[in-house]
Amino acid sequence: MDAVFSNFDEYLKAFGLTIGLFVVSSILSLVLGVFLAALRVGPVGIMRKAATVYIGIFRNTPLVIIFIFMAVAAPKLGYNFKFIEDWEVGGYHVSSFFFRSCLALTLYTAAFVCEAFRSGVNAVPLGQAEAARAIGLTFAKSMRLVVLPQALRAVVPPLTSVQVALLKNTSVAAAFGIAEATATMHALTNDNADQRPGIFLSFAVGYIILVEVLTLSSYVIERRWRVA
Amino acid sequence: MRFKRTKAVLAAAGLAATMAACGSAGDDGGSEAVDVNVVDNAADNFDDGTRMKQLAEDGKITIGVKFDQPGIGFKGATDDAPEGFDPEMGKILAGSLGIAPEDIEWKETISDNREPFLQSGEVDLVIASYSITDERRQVVGQAGPYYVTGQQLLVGADSDIQSVDDIKGQEVCSVTGSTSLDNVKAKGAKPRGFDTYSECVDQVLDGTVDAMTTDGAILLGYAAQHPDDLKVVGDTFSEERYGIGYSKDYPEMCGWINDTVTKSFDDGTWKDAFDATLGKSGVDAPDQPELDECQAA
Repeated sequence: MDAVFSNFDEYLKAFGLTIGLFVVSSILSLVLGVFLAALRVGPVGIMRKAATVYIGIFRNTPLVIIFIFMAVAAPKLGYNFKFIEDWEVGGYHVSSFFFRSCLALTLYTAAFVCEAFRSGVNAVPLGQAEAARAIGLTFAKSMRLVVLPQALRAVVPPLTSVQVALLKNTSVAAAFGIAEATATMHALTNDNADQRPGIFLSFAVGYIILVEVLTLSSYVIERRWRVA
Repeated sequence: MRFKRTKAVLAAAGLAATMAACGSAGDDGGSEAVDVNVVDNAADNFDDGTRMKQLAEDGKITIGVKFDQPGIGFKGATDDAPEGFDPEMGKILAGSLGIAPEDIEWKETISDNREPFLQSGEVDLVIASYSITDERRQVVGQAGPYYVTGQQLLVGADSDIQSVDDIKGQEVCSVTGSTSLDNVKAKGAKPRGFDTYSECVDQVLDGTVDAMTTDGAILLGYAAQHPDDLKVVGDTFSEERYGIGYSKDYPEMCGWINDTVTKSFDDGTWKDAFDATLGKSGVDAPDQPELDECQAA
């Protein structure tokens, strides 16, 4: 344990990076996932097909393989995303490694987010959508005003599971150039062979706390959105 | 008709036999890089009750080595046995117990499982670019060093990086969690950890990172593979003393390891082992390091 407490700033910084990966990929995957779900339940046949193909590819591929593709294969094809380092976000430069890790996590998680949303949409009785169309709402409007608000309530629990998985999946980035929590844990166990159980435990506790915060906030949302 | 069929079967069997012979001949050629002296009746040389006597009587030993470090310990997907300086040291040690190279069971150890493997008896020895540190000596025994090296930098052929002083703010890759990565971080570089050295080399070749760092010997191996694209720069800026790990349950092994390593220094097998493995990348065998004295158990 000593090794963790004497390097506590490293510990916090590592989990900070884990949180950074999670927050960015979480937001992007929600946006992309909702968009895909809209395509999947939408009326345009070709779009439905396209979204199904996307999910077929990214949900059926192990995350590590997507990471390997981003980190090893993409640069060989000429996409190393170095241009990203010229951008500045609030005084910080985003490294291409961080960007590529987020990209891999987003592409992967979006497929699960999409399916979670689709299950939510399917949970809304068909009559609701039919009624919305009957009073003259367009597809977009009937989704936005009638179906999605109801679907959103049904979708919170499965979506929380997807986001918890994403939070823990950020550890895959450890092997692709990001010094997040798991990578830092490796560094500490390698240097302090005599304190391994304590180091494992303290990093596990870090993840448990983060996941606990995430699930508790999902309970709050669930309660607030509950239909009276 | 019947006669013909018999003939065909015989011919096929003969062909199979020849091919099998070819196969084994090829394998022998690969693994016998260095002549290792296998002692006869080695069990007589050790006192009753020692681990060495037990191993010599069993006639087999399990040694943990790295499978992913060219020159040090490397096993390709289709190879039968790992090759490199560490496995050669293992053969020398096994030979002194009367165990032939083909009776050694090689087990892959990664940086994280070297101590647990020794403690649980999964392996008898660990020879896996295993730097001697005080923390490790708390939990396992480490005899040696049999080789002293230091980390350097591998950069693209047209890179501006000349030495370790130039890496501040640059992205430098190595294996996740390694000491090498910690060292460059302390020098102000942005550490980029990867799973294996080969992925890291790819990053340097693609220009996604500025440099790669680990023990010089490994880097020279990669530079030799891509002489037009890569070069090793700067002096070594750390000291790694490779030791041989053994279980603390058998402290008597330390004396035997030191004696055997000393003998290999004197009779030239240590240098032969080096020249056949790490020496291939063009470096001369370094001075023989001075062995640490065995700690009282």
